[in-house]
Amino acid sequence: MSILSDSLPDAEDQCRQLADLIRPHLHRQPALIGIFSGGAWIAERLKELLGLPEDIGLIDVSFYRDDFAAKGLHPQVKPTVIPFDVEGRHLILVDDVLYTGRTTRAALNELFDYGRPASVSMAVLADRGGRELPIAATYCVWNVALGEGQSLVLGKQDDGQLAWRLENE
Amino acid sequence: MNNPQLNTNGELTHLMSIEGLPQAIITQILDTAASFMEVSARDVKKVPLLRGKSVFNLFFENSTRTRTTFEIAAKRLSADVINLDINKSSASKGETLLDTIDNLCAMHANLFVVRHASSGAPYLIAEHLQRIGRDDVHVVNAGDGRHAHPTQGLLDMYTIRHYKKGFTQLRVAIVGDILHSRVARSDIHALTTLGVPEVRAIGPETLLPKHLDKLGVHVFHDMDEGLKDCDVIIMLRLQNERMTGALLPSAGEYFRHYGLTPQKLALAKADAIVMHPGPMNRGVEIHSAVADGPQAVILPQVTFGIAVRMAVMSIVAGN
Repeated sequence: MSILSDSLPDAEDQCRQLADLIRPHLHRQPALIGIFSGGAWIAERLKELLGLPEDIGLIDVSFYRDDFAAKGLHPQVKPTVIPFDVEGRHLILVDDVLYTGRTTRAALNELFDYGRPASVSMAVLADRGGRELPIAATYCVWNVALGEGQSLVLGKQDDGQLAWRLENE
Repeated sequence: MNNPQLNTNGELTHLMSIEGLPQAIITQILDTAASFMEVSARDVKKVPLLRGKSVFNLFFENSTRTRTTFEIAAKRLSADVINLDINKSSASKGETLLDTIDNLCAMHANLFVVRHASSGAPYLIAEHLQRIGRDDVHVVNAGDGRHAHPTQGLLDMYTIRHYKKGFTQLRVAIVGDILHSRVARSDIHALTTLGVPEVRAIGPETLLPKHLDKLGVHVFHDMDEGLKDCDVIIMLRLQNERMTGALLPSAGEYFRHYGLTPQKLALAKADAIVMHPGPMNRGVEIHSAVADGPQAVILPQVTFGIAVRMAVMSIVAGN
């Protein structure tokens, strides 16, 4: 069951704040890679807000997850699309929520199958703690503590606007 | 209904046949294969999904293409692949099929890819695994007798979807020896399940099974008539051994009536695609000008086959 809450911050506003955090580092000509699906939406926003000329990369980590043995293959895998050469590039991995760090680990493994980037940093809208791996966000606008059994989900509304909702697991 | 391919949650745990597969599972396999196409285009053509798993290719019947594409698919999923050369192995010393399976399970096999001349051999293995409580071991049918060749059927559907973008507006013709063809049977079930409105079977009476109409298939003995306005033409291999069985007068005679020539192809729609599961007999069922022509998608079928087999293996191994 999901409840919409007025008290959650405006995700579109947070995208602008995230862009402001990244802007001072544009001299490195970073390439954006969004993790499906929330991270991909945010990466699209960042590309526009930062005026980046290059298409963003999209990554679906289903083939690299560490819970395949327990959960099997995700029923809706999307193709990963990296429209640029990652070799020697400064990459910014974009996701909506950073939690255990396992998705980030899977994304890093997948990225390195495309080549050796110069660096990989991580941009997220929300960090909810609960890390199970030594992974941290480089750019983050919202540190949030959630109640037991709650999860934070980014959705795209009918008008195309991004919005948060809380779900009970 | 008891469907040995599905687990109690209705998920695919073995692939035996397209018959009885829900449309949603076929679509899931095709969608997953689309994501694997991207993996095969990378520098590092591997994902770690089946790392540490052992895939045994059990080919009791000869096949180069199917065995090779299964092997490549398993390797791109990071599995260890063991090809058993059955002719030189215990089967020729008298070991039964299920004893072979028990021995390979004792070697910690995770997935069997099985081709067998007897229809139903993969079912026998899957039932045996269930009986001995090994629901962690999976079976994929790579062709059993005249019964089914589900991964070929699926890669044919992938090919059609790739070029035609959908199924519900198509006229598809299957041409040749449908009676002995497990590919034709799998294709017919898949096409019907995916909502193709008109499936045609074209061939001489001696090479068409009876009761095709009960599967909703339109039967044609005249190729010119059958090819008219088709979107997709699936040619079948004419097995040479059929020629001796008095089913056909001669290869030349067959080619005159049922060989796909440029003239005959012109009767289909201008953008029709020509498929063939291979290996082709040039000059018997297909003219070289068609096989090498712009409408042939025979080699892309092989490439798609790897992605489809990666999808099938990774889905069953996870369920």
